[in-house]
Amino acid sequence: MRTLRFLLRKEFRQIFRDKAIVAMIFFMPMVQLILMPLAADYEVRNINLAVVDHDKSPYSQKLISKIVASGYFRLTGYNTSFREAFGLIESDKADLILEIPHDFERNLIREDHEKLFVAVNAINGTKASLGGSYLGSIIGDFNGDIRMQLVTPPRFSQFPVIEVVASNWFNPVLNYKVFIVPGILAILVTMVGGFLSALNIVREKEIGTIEQINVTPIRKHIFILGKLIPFWVLANIVFTIGLLVARFVYGIVPVGSLLTLYAFISVYLLAVLGFGLLVSTFCDTQQQAMFIMFFFMMLFILLGGLFTSIDSMPEWAKLITRINPVRYMIEVMRMVILKGSSFSDILPHVGIVAFMALVLNSWAILNYKKTN
Amino acid sequence: MEAVVVKNLVKTYGKEQTVAVDDVSFSVGRGELFGLIGPDGAGKTSIFRMLTTLLLPDGGSARVDGHDIVKDFRQIRSSVGYMPGKFSLYQDLTIEENLNFFATVFGTTIEENYHLIKDIYVQIEPFKNRRAGKLSGGMKQKLALCCALIHKPTTLFLDEPTTGVDPVSRKEFWEMLGRLKAQQITILVSTPYMDEASLCDRIALIQGGRILSIDTPQNIIEAYPDRLLAVKANEMYRLLKALESHPDVPSSYAFGEYAHATFRHADTRPLEAYLREQGLTGVEVKDAEVTIEDSFIKLLH
Repeated sequence: MRTLRFLLRKEFRQIFRDKAIVAMIFFMPMVQLILMPLAADYEVRNINLAVVDHDKSPYSQKLISKIVASGYFRLTGYNTSFREAFGLIESDKADLILEIPHDFERNLIREDHEKLFVAVNAINGTKASLGGSYLGSIIGDFNGDIRMQLVTPPRFSQFPVIEVVASNWFNPVLNYKVFIVPGILAILVTMVGGFLSALNIVREKEIGTIEQINVTPIRKHIFILGKLIPFWVLANIVFTIGLLVARFVYGIVPVGSLLTLYAFISVYLLAVLGFGLLVSTFCDTQQQAMFIMFFFMMLFILLGGLFTSIDSMPEWAKLITRINPVRYMIEVMRMVILKGSSFSDILPHVGIVAFMALVLNSWAILNYKKTN
Repeated sequence: MEAVVVKNLVKTYGKEQTVAVDDVSFSVGRGELFGLIGPDGAGKTSIFRMLTTLLLPDGGSARVDGHDIVKDFRQIRSSVGYMPGKFSLYQDLTIEENLNFFATVFGTTIEENYHLIKDIYVQIEPFKNRRAGKLSGGMKQKLALCCALIHKPTTLFLDEPTTGVDPVSRKEFWEMLGRLKAQQITILVSTPYMDEASLCDRIALIQGGRILSIDTPQNIIEAYPDRLLAVKANEMYRLLKALESHPDVPSSYAFGEYAHATFRHADTRPLEAYLREQGLTGVEVKDAEVTIEDSFIKLLH
């Protein structure tokens, strides 16, 4: 125990003497948590719209101003022919073309029926599908307005109508930030813990200090513990900073108990740090360790369910996410922070991650050889 | 009892089975200062790493303090001190922190064994709050030696401790080794510098993973079989060429301002005359004092 205490003292001293590392540990989570959720927004805005108005009637004007007033669209072209408007799409000045036919107003009023044509540039898939559907719902809305004006509705509808009213639970106003901030926090903690631990033992190898350690009677598990604990503490600090940023910048207060959250984080960090240390024992240079960690981090993050839903992944990808610790972390973060899940709800997650921690750390201890 | 016994030790590296240590055997008595002398790549570091349990041998066996280097690695790790050739203490910790750390790791304290390192430590003590990375080469060596000594090892392995250290610090370093020897600590030291060989009790000349000769420096020098001449002339390059072409000079090489040449005859005057005939000026021929380097060169041929 005495040896471990001194190992820990040494590690902490080394960490806090490296100004760049300290800055990264405290600065990175704050900046990333403040910048990323604001910039990485799923809502598509500023869609460039070109309108080909053959009708030039009050109705068509009304429709166009309604579209522009929605805030999602920017009118970048008002053309007289489709060919002209298509030129705008080709030169990337427009994402959507709305073509309003001749006699739009007349047909709408007299025949109660008219068609509009929408052409979408589908190169940017998200923008195309969201832009198309936004436009569709605005037009539908417009249509409803006209009906209200023209037709005096009977007291009871002649046709049975099922009206769907959705209520968004846990995130009532569908605030994107509420959804993304816990996820980003999960990834930050993973990155800080994973990279720091992965680079640490390798660094001792590179500088040569491991030679001196290896001829001492330090037991392997004590040495690994001496590496694990400091980063565990640091990552917990990063997590706490992140929670504070979420609280005071985004007003996200965990609905569930903090104790549950920290209980999971404690186990989860053991798994992440164990993974980093394992990579560290395999590598000879920091460069190798860095590349390997990048490779896995990319996989973990992209298959972690932060940006894309795991449920919509193909079966094989879903299987991969099962061995991805980040997936469980992001799930638990959302469950506890947004839904208020209790410890018994996340018990399966804790179990899986605890198993990962056990395997990874044992493997790291076995793979760290004092003799080669 | 012998402190270190090495029997037929073999180490090969890589797929090509490059032999780094080839059937090496020697033994070192307790309290002896034993030198492994050889050029870079001779296998000195590999031998040290095997004896300090950092490297597994591919053949043969060795005992340090009676402990087998493979089976009893744990006992060896707590009883030997190792100073690798490359400075390998924590550069971001201070002198005192490094020393303290290694003392603790071995389950002891600085105070307990202060008497062992006192002579060395007082020299770096004024800088004890300076980080190890900011020390000069000589000071780093002293700190490394302190750290290797702090747990009172019975055997000390010093791998090229003076490589890259200035001549004054080198001299000091060897004086320190002399004092440690007086404390009955067995010291194995490796060095590529031949002039340091004479400071050891016994030396092993090593080349290409094989031991060429093991004896006291004095005996090795005395065992030099030939007559050795020191020859000087104003034009060194032409002198060497001329010596090479002389039938009675089996070998010759530059040695400082002289050229050393082995010679078959008692009378050196014909040689002198020959050199002058070759157009050399300032020719001087005398008997040379044989050094370890001469013995080493002889053994290589």
